[in-house]
Amino acid sequence: MAEISFSKAELERYSRHLIIPEFNIEGQRKLKAAKVLVVGTGGLGAPLIQYLSAAGVGTIGIVDFDVVDDSNLQRQVLFTTADVGRYKVEVAKERIEAQNPFIKINTYNTRLTSENALEIIKDYDVVADGTDNFPTRYLVNDASVLLDKVNVYASIFRFDGQVSVFNYLHEDGTRGPNYRDLFPSPPPPGLVPSCAEGGVVGVLPGIIGSLQANEVLKVITGIGDPLSGRMFIFDALSFETRTLNLRKDDNNPLNGKNPSQTELIDYEMFCGIGQENGQTANVKEITVKELETWQGQNKDFQLIDVREGYEYDIANLGGELIPLAEVEKEVNKIASDKEVVVHCRSGKRSADAIQLLEQKYGFKNLYNLKGGILAYADEVDQSLAKY
Amino acid sequence: MAKIIIPTPLRKFTDNQKDVQVQGETIIEAINDLINEYPQIGNNILNDDGSIRNFVRVFLGDEDIQALKKEATTIREDAVISIIPAIAGGIS
Repeated sequence: MAEISFSKAELERYSRHLIIPEFNIEGQRKLKAAKVLVVGTGGLGAPLIQYLSAAGVGTIGIVDFDVVDDSNLQRQVLFTTADVGRYKVEVAKERIEAQNPFIKINTYNTRLTSENALEIIKDYDVVADGTDNFPTRYLVNDASVLLDKVNVYASIFRFDGQVSVFNYLHEDGTRGPNYRDLFPSPPPPGLVPSCAEGGVVGVLPGIIGSLQANEVLKVITGIGDPLSGRMFIFDALSFETRTLNLRKDDNNPLNGKNPSQTELIDYEMFCGIGQENGQTANVKEITVKELETWQGQNKDFQLIDVREGYEYDIANLGGELIPLAEVEKEVNKIASDKEVVVHCRSGKRSADAIQLLEQKYGFKNLYNLKGGILAYADEVDQSLAKY
Repeated sequence: MAKIIIPTPLRKFTDNQKDVQVQGETIIEAINDLINEYPQIGNNILNDDGSIRNFVRVFLGDEDIQALKKEATTIREDAVISIIPAIAGGIS
């Protein structure tokens, strides 16, 4: 580490680290030498990237394929209103370079996939997983284990946060538990959570992403006790926190007693995504343009909205509100003597409702609004709020 | 009575209660008592054969029941049981 040196400007910048006895210039050298890959530049990525950069992590890689959207600004504090529509990695790079000119930023304006993950991750020492979906979580985990990288994990949902350090290299040469020890497989799509039940309170990723950044710094510098073999749980509503003990699972396919997986797999398929499309394809559909025509003709039909009340309050088409879970209870309200258009946010829940009503109650007059209210907002009525 | 802490994604099945008091001498008895009271939560915790599903972990205090006697782990009257679900983010 002796070859890592600092300019006067860097010494002054990092001086509040240098005067912590346990941290000192040795810790700062380790940070400068370190390469950290942040996957996801969203709610968790915002505090992560900013604190890693401010702390002086020498090389930070950021992976994201997305552009900044209005609905990001409630929590992704790296971005401003003027950034809407720009690539997230591009904006993040600008902000970080302005924040700390002494570090190097590598951007990957792409989705992390089974094809590119090993190639991207291999050059880094630590991975910080700030993604928002199960397939990428398993992908990041598996690639980290296969490449012997530490994976600093954080995840949020509504008011709940989780933090852990996976695949940590202990002094005795053993590795700590990883995501597959904790959750061998993901929930099937449509169980929990669904798009009707998503959402996250805006401050939560700030709290959890900051804890995640702190664990990254601990892993790099070797100070303190990283959250290896433990998981921190935070409930922002009750302010209850717990630190649970994790264990390794002998059946872990990557590094259990009989490892069976030596390469990356198809994570969409592993998470059951894609299979649901087949199920929803065989209901009758109507496009938003056709619906607009029906409305213009004052045609006698029924419009049913199977979203939740709080979604209806954001934007609605004036349909009759019967949330998916209530459909069976309210089945008498659904007409059988004229055409009925069923819609939700994007078309998935309404297709589920139609399948249920056709199979169990014999309806034959139901049409799924293709693309849901989102498509209607795009193609027919731009004054509707999208969410 | 033992207490089961319900994570936010599953509270819609428990009338939004964050914890539920349950009877039982083992983990599985306590969970079945919970499911008895709130049947819709069952599918989110147990497989058809009564084992814990792959995407939830059950903890007694701070310990994973897999490191104890699994579903047959005996519990005390004042036990605190946590159900920890896999969560992936706010988009899903």
